[in-house]
Amino acid sequence: MKRLLLGLVCATLIAGPAMAVLPEEQLADPALEARAREISQELRCVVCQNQSIDDSDAPLAADLRAIVRERLIAGDTNEEVMAYVVARYGNFVLLKPPVDVQTLLLWGAPLLVLIPGGLGLALYLRRRNRAGGVAPVPLSAEERRALSTILKADDTP
Amino acid sequence: MRRLAFIIPIVLFLMVAAALGLGLRRDPSILPSMLIDRPIPTFDLPGLTPEDTVGLASSDFTGKPVLLNVFASWCVACVIEHPMLLRLQTQGVTIHGLDWKDQPAAGAEWLAQRGNPYTLIGSDPSGRTGIDLGVTGAPETFVIDGQGRVRYRHVGPITPEVWAETLQPMMDRLEKET
Repeated sequence: MKRLLLGLVCATLIAGPAMAVLPEEQLADPALEARAREISQELRCVVCQNQSIDDSDAPLAADLRAIVRERLIAGDTNEEVMAYVVARYGNFVLLKPPVDVQTLLLWGAPLLVLIPGGLGLALYLRRRNRAGGVAPVPLSAEERRALSTILKADDTP
Repeated sequence: MRRLAFIIPIVLFLMVAAALGLGLRRDPSILPSMLIDRPIPTFDLPGLTPEDTVGLASSDFTGKPVLLNVFASWCVACVIEHPMLLRLQTQGVTIHGLDWKDQPAAGAEWLAQRGNPYTLIGSDPSGRTGIDLGVTGAPETFVIDGQGRVRYRHVGPITPEVWAETLQPMMDRLEKET
């Protein structure tokens, strides 16, 4: 039983992720195929919109994968292939959208949160430090006596 | 100062809630077309059957505004849309068809059963012309003006509401332009 379980765990560990890219789609040239995979992982499938065309089983994604490979064989650079698809489906298909006027809010949002948050935190800490920064009141004679009694009592085993 | 510390988070929350609320009403699966106000991409497609001597080419889109309807025999929503297209045909609207990612024989059979609302039909079994048009699925309908420029794209079936509220006013306006 234990051995069976161990075998199952091992099988899970060595199994690669399921791929949508079918063997017959792949290019013979491993360098070109690697570039095709790289590009496909950056392009969003317009049917299953949270998958890349590399992951998607949609027929349209398969067509786009074929187009990516065709353009690569025709000698396009990675950027030219991306531009070819963007010309047809827009920046939406880029899983990493470019920084431009339309996406300024998207890319700037972390700063919009971090800067006011940081300023608020700084102000709060400064105010707290100032409040706590008052010099401590020295102990009165009575308190000092009480303290030394306690400390002495502690010393005895 | 104290009061501001309460008001600012509430105002921020309401702004974010409003933005997200608006976002909920939009259908994210509808992508904007890249072709709006640009000429239709060049293509020259054969018809559905070997007997069809004319297919559909980008050069056919001149003279008057027309609709270009993307359909396929495998498309379920196209069955729902079809009666509307037939009705538009009787009203004198010119509709050209693009049989997208479909076996031409299957497309021809589909039209033979249901009636043919199209003036010209192009067969695009590889789907490449559809991709050049930025088609994401069927049915989709493009409004193309007399100069062969794409003016509008509708994703999904043409319902009587879509026709009355969006497409018909647009076609009428384009008709006057030419």
